[in-house]
Amino acid sequence: MSTITAQQAGTGRRSTGTLLTAFTWVVALVFFAPVVWMVLTSFKHESEAAASPPSFFFQPTLEQYRNIFTADAGPYFLNSVIATAASTLLVLVLAVPAAYALSIRPVKRTQDALFFFISTKMLPIVAVIMPIYVIAGQIRMLDNILTLIILYTAMNLPIAIWMMRSFFLEVPGEVLEAASIDGASLLKTMRSVLIPMVAPGIAATALICVIFAWNEFFFALNLTAANAATAPIYLMSTMTSEGLFLAQLSAASVLASLPVVLAGWFAQKQLVRGLSMGAVK
Amino acid sequence: MTTMTRTTPGDTRSAEEIRAQRAAERAEGWRRRAPLLPALIFVIVCTQIPFLLTIWYSLRSRNLLRPEGEQFVGLSNFADIFLDSTFRTAALNSVIITFGCVFVALLLGLGLALLLDRPFAGRGVVRTLLITPFLIMPVAGAMLWSISMFNPSYGLVNWLIGLVGISPVDWTSQYPVLSIVIALVWQWTPFMMLLLLAGLQSQQRDVLEAAAMDGATTWETFRYVTLPHLRFYIELSVLLGVIYVVNTFDHIYLMTAGGPGTASANLPFYIYQRAFLGFDIGQSAAMGVVTVIATIIISLLALRLIFRGLNAKEQQ
Repeated sequence: MSTITAQQAGTGRRSTGTLLTAFTWVVALVFFAPVVWMVLTSFKHESEAAASPPSFFFQPTLEQYRNIFTADAGPYFLNSVIATAASTLLVLVLAVPAAYALSIRPVKRTQDALFFFISTKMLPIVAVIMPIYVIAGQIRMLDNILTLIILYTAMNLPIAIWMMRSFFLEVPGEVLEAASIDGASLLKTMRSVLIPMVAPGIAATALICVIFAWNEFFFALNLTAANAATAPIYLMSTMTSEGLFLAQLSAASVLASLPVVLAGWFAQKQLVRGLSMGAVK
Repeated sequence: MTTMTRTTPGDTRSAEEIRAQRAAERAEGWRRRAPLLPALIFVIVCTQIPFLLTIWYSLRSRNLLRPEGEQFVGLSNFADIFLDSTFRTAALNSVIITFGCVFVALLLGLGLALLLDRPFAGRGVVRTLLITPFLIMPVAGAMLWSISMFNPSYGLVNWLIGLVGISPVDWTSQYPVLSIVIALVWQWTPFMMLLLLAGLQSQQRDVLEAAAMDGATTWETFRYVTLPHLRFYIELSVLLGVIYVVNTFDHIYLMTAGGPGTASANLPFYIYQRAFLGFDIGQSAAMGVVTVIATIIISLLALRLIFRGLNAKEQQ
């Protein structure tokens, strides 16, 4: 008797499990559907892209991607790459020593400094855009990629310092003591002991900086024009006065999103830690 | 005498020692501060100087269309904006959009995190699919929703509701705020899910097993064991979510342009509009200052929480 009920309970639990799994899959697919739709649309001709009812079966074409590569999208993407790579590099150069000074050999008012950095992240960007616009105009830096690099660095630096600090705090004290007994200088300790130990942290920090810089729209919209415009601005430009090119917009969206999507997919663990500024491991 | 001669050199030596010690301490202080200074100066220059200028602008009447009329006007810009009904609408929209999005995304995120916190076939794939909306470029996501999903004639949403006999809806004109919130929820649910899933997976398995051994039902275990454990993660996701979503600009700019009229403008969008389309520097700066003050109040709550969490962790 008891074995039978146990078996029944077992099959009951198993079928609940199967149902839950099926439900989870359905929810995930519904959630993902807009992405699928974007990708599908990018392989359509313009006439099919705006068809009503929506066309699910169609002759796929690479026309839109070809258009983007032959059109003038190159400079926009190049600007995005430059702004993202340069600002991320600059962030790391500034954030790693700063995080060191807030963790391993902390300055006196560490908490105040941390508080200051993160509070700047909470200032609405819109509250400072006008002075930045005026200053950039006066020093002839409007529509200049250098302006974006500086602003993206300032935007990501607080997050990077917090993240790097959380990685430095995990370095065991004995390692540092051993290095200081050896009489290694600060720079040498940094280079040969610390940096290799926090290398995964540096990679995770870089990932977060890349995501935010690559996707940034507000500064790019207001401070750039023909020369320094980035990929998000290119997406917008597919809405022209002659109308909307939906298929081409979709193809451009896929291309513009691809780098961050792939990076995020492959570094899901680091993503969580970065998004919580190091608070969640 | 002898004691005098003995103590005097002793005193001078200790005074020298104290001075030397202080100098050493000061040098050590600067050695510690040096790695911090470049980042500190960079952030101060890039954020505090513009903000001080914003305060300066907010006390002056300055309109790029009327360059002759710039003068100090005290707090009159602030008085004007509180009489401006559009500013109040924008403030209200900011609250609705921010809390609506964060609340719904949190509930959905919690549900998804619970679904993912059990082993099943293809869990990694499901998780990867679910985080994708957060990784899509926000500009692309906003345009995807406003055009491919919500377009009144060929949008996917109207086609879907048409299948069950509902007549087409012009989403971004008839329900602009709701449309924006839906697109934002889609983008931010994965964020909530990731943080909450990390929280669920940091639970100690033996505690859950002990609860099961003691005969607790699934609901009781969730209510009395999991939820208290998740509290820090829920608070953290809400506060980080609020900080990010309150600054929403891309979706409003691209989906509704704040319209129809100013029906769906939030504060960032309205300030942008007044500054870059209305060229009213004084008023937009005053609105910026008010927004900052409001944000500081929220942030103080956020910071206290994050510090509490971090300190608790560092003490472990």
